[in-house]
Amino acid sequence: MTEISLNILDVAENSTRAQASLVTIEVTADFPGDRLTVIIDDDGCGMTPEQVEQVTDPFFTSRTTRKVGLGVPFFKLAAESTGGSFSIVSQPGAGTRVTAVFVLSHIDRMPLGDISTTIHTLVVYHPETDFVYRYQYNHRSFTLDTREFRQVLGDIPFDTPDISAYIMEYLNENKLETDGGAVY
Amino acid sequence: MKSLEELKAIRERMQSQVSMRAEDHSHTRVVVGMATCGIASGARPVLTKLSTLVQEKNLTDKISVTQTGCIGLCQYEPIVEVMEPGKQKITYIKMTPEKAEEVLERHLVGGHVVEEYTLSGADIK
Repeated sequence: MTEISLNILDVAENSTRAQASLVTIEVTADFPGDRLTVIIDDDGCGMTPEQVEQVTDPFFTSRTTRKVGLGVPFFKLAAESTGGSFSIVSQPGAGTRVTAVFVLSHIDRMPLGDISTTIHTLVVYHPETDFVYRYQYNHRSFTLDTREFRQVLGDIPFDTPDISAYIMEYLNENKLETDGGAVY
Repeated sequence: MKSLEELKAIRERMQSQVSMRAEDHSHTRVVVGMATCGIASGARPVLTKLSTLVQEKNLTDKISVTQTGCIGLCQYEPIVEVMEPGKQKITYIKMTPEKAEEVLERHLVGGHVVEEYTLSGADIK
């Protein structure tokens, strides 16, 4: 993985597979505090304490197509190698919360990358799941809430060309207004 | 900030068009593997390219682009599978946005499988 946003895409995929109906993704860049915090929170099936322990082990996976699961270990390593931290809090039947903290100025921190495309991909290709995405850059922020979109759209699907394009524009324009086009 | 008012305008424009997408038997499915293996080897730009092209060329009535998990051939990712009704599934391996565009032009539009990019045709020894 070359971008933090790709890790987010991969790990949030786990939430949708855990039958979450709502996935909340928060990306907070705090330059004065030198931290980039990513939180992925879902109301899916959750994990037992044993599973939480196993999930950072590359040789544990709930999948049956192969024997290794690298998604969570990649994300953990990416955060910890910057001097940051990584944690998973989960409860069976209640959901899972993954928190990764990166030290912004660390030489080994990978770039955030194309976070808007990540969120767009998640939203458009998971019609059964609602997403709340909150992007914060120092003191400015914006929020995307697919429940608001659904209220307006009724049963028009998100992958309809015009809607898909609107969602991408929504993400790009609001991000630009929030961080002024900063690349980090 | 972009507002929901714009979305309402889009909805109203669409409701006057009525035509909802028909998921009939002539629908071709294009599936991109988007598990850790796929994402790490560059599946996201391939997926974005395919869905953008399908929309730009007004092919959404005939072709649906979706994503799936790990196909089990991680070493050949990014993988794109093409499922045309009544035909054998074609598995394209080691895709890039450029190759995906070629597959769209030659296979999905032109009707000829791009053999050199398929699992059976590619030189993968």
